[in-house]
Amino acid sequence: MVDRQSRLAAIVRQHESHILANWIDLLAKSGSRTLDRAEAEHHARAFIRLLVEAMEADASGKIDGPAWAKARDMLAGLSASRARQGSTPTETATFVFSFKEPLFARLQQEYRSDAEALARELWTATLLLDRLGLFTTEAFQKSREDVIARQQRELLELSTPVVSLWEGILAVPLIGTLDSERTQVVMENLLQRIVDTGASIAIMDITGVPTVDTLVAQHLLKTVGAARLMGAECIISGIRPQIAQTIVHLGVDLGGVATKATLADALVLAMGRVGATVTRTATRA
Amino acid sequence: MLDGKPPGERIPILKMGEFLLVTIQVEMHDRLVMTLQDELTYQIVQHRARGVLIDISALEIVDSFIGRALGNIASMARILDAETVVVGMRPAVAITLVELGLSLEGVRTALNAEKGMALIRRRLGRTGELDGAGS
Repeated sequence: MVDRQSRLAAIVRQHESHILANWIDLLAKSGSRTLDRAEAEHHARAFIRLLVEAMEADASGKIDGPAWAKARDMLAGLSASRARQGSTPTETATFVFSFKEPLFARLQQEYRSDAEALARELWTATLLLDRLGLFTTEAFQKSREDVIARQQRELLELSTPVVSLWEGILAVPLIGTLDSERTQVVMENLLQRIVDTGASIAIMDITGVPTVDTLVAQHLLKTVGAARLMGAECIISGIRPQIAQTIVHLGVDLGGVATKATLADALVLAMGRVGATVTRTATRA
Repeated sequence: MLDGKPPGERIPILKMGEFLLVTIQVEMHDRLVMTLQDELTYQIVQHRARGVLIDISALEIVDSFIGRALGNIASMARILDAETVVVGMRPAVAITLVELGLSLEGVRTALNAEKGMALIRRRLGRTGELDGAGS
């Protein structure tokens, strides 16, 4: 096994320039739409060099060893950069798979007289390149998942501000669907702000919540309950006509929670509760 | 008190005029909460207290039993005609209680002891400075 594998490395090293030239021609012909020739050549050259180095260092054919770290990094980087440029995973993996053609052609010439050895070497090379190709797909997927996870986190932070409206009055403008994870974040933020500011009233504005079903209502009531345990009263505002209809049709009991149609109404109510009044000093023009 | 209990194993109930102050400074466990229930109801009757303030700002961990017992104690105090307010609940405790489905309906709450005392005085129709004596 060791013997055979190292022969593969030796063959590639010996005929590197020839194989490389063939491969680059092939890549140019296959017409990868997002890559120009110079870039493909650069990648191909780097790949062959790292491949030979890795094969010479670790001939076991397992690409997760330390000897393959450089080759893995290179492929992962290639995958990530191509993903950013809008390539599909297939196109990226094809880069690796397409190396088979020039390599096999070379092997055929080497083992012209020994069919058994040829088959063996072909099999070894196929296994190796398949693993590398699949690795690029995995790397591609992983970079995409990282992006999704980051966006999810950002969305969660973006959408849950707690605003101080007046002395002792907080507002929570909720935007987007209220699932249990977001409820948790909203609740924690709100309760912490209640402690920090000593607020006695919190207005939860649901203008930006697209639909209120029983689950969303339950989450709202949970938040109201938690705020009440901390000694703060909650007002729910921003209830659109459709939402009011849905709430009643679903039979959701909002209990003793004060509700207002708009945030403005809620603010007036809240200011009354904290003992402040708003007066107009001049008539509007 | 019963023998064998360490000195910290008792929750002090302070009388200030017609109010009783209960500050829970140690982690609650089941027996402690039952003792508190006994003593508090006894003292409300004995002192004819009109207001009870329970401060749980040092309480970091609650389970369903403690949560329910706190609600029960507050309800008992109210039945004995004392305005009861639970003050200083930590955010984590509030979230835990709500998740446990214990929203302590019917228990008055306030953010801190000062606001709690103001609330009691307002409910009782007392005015004047917060001297705590109330008479």
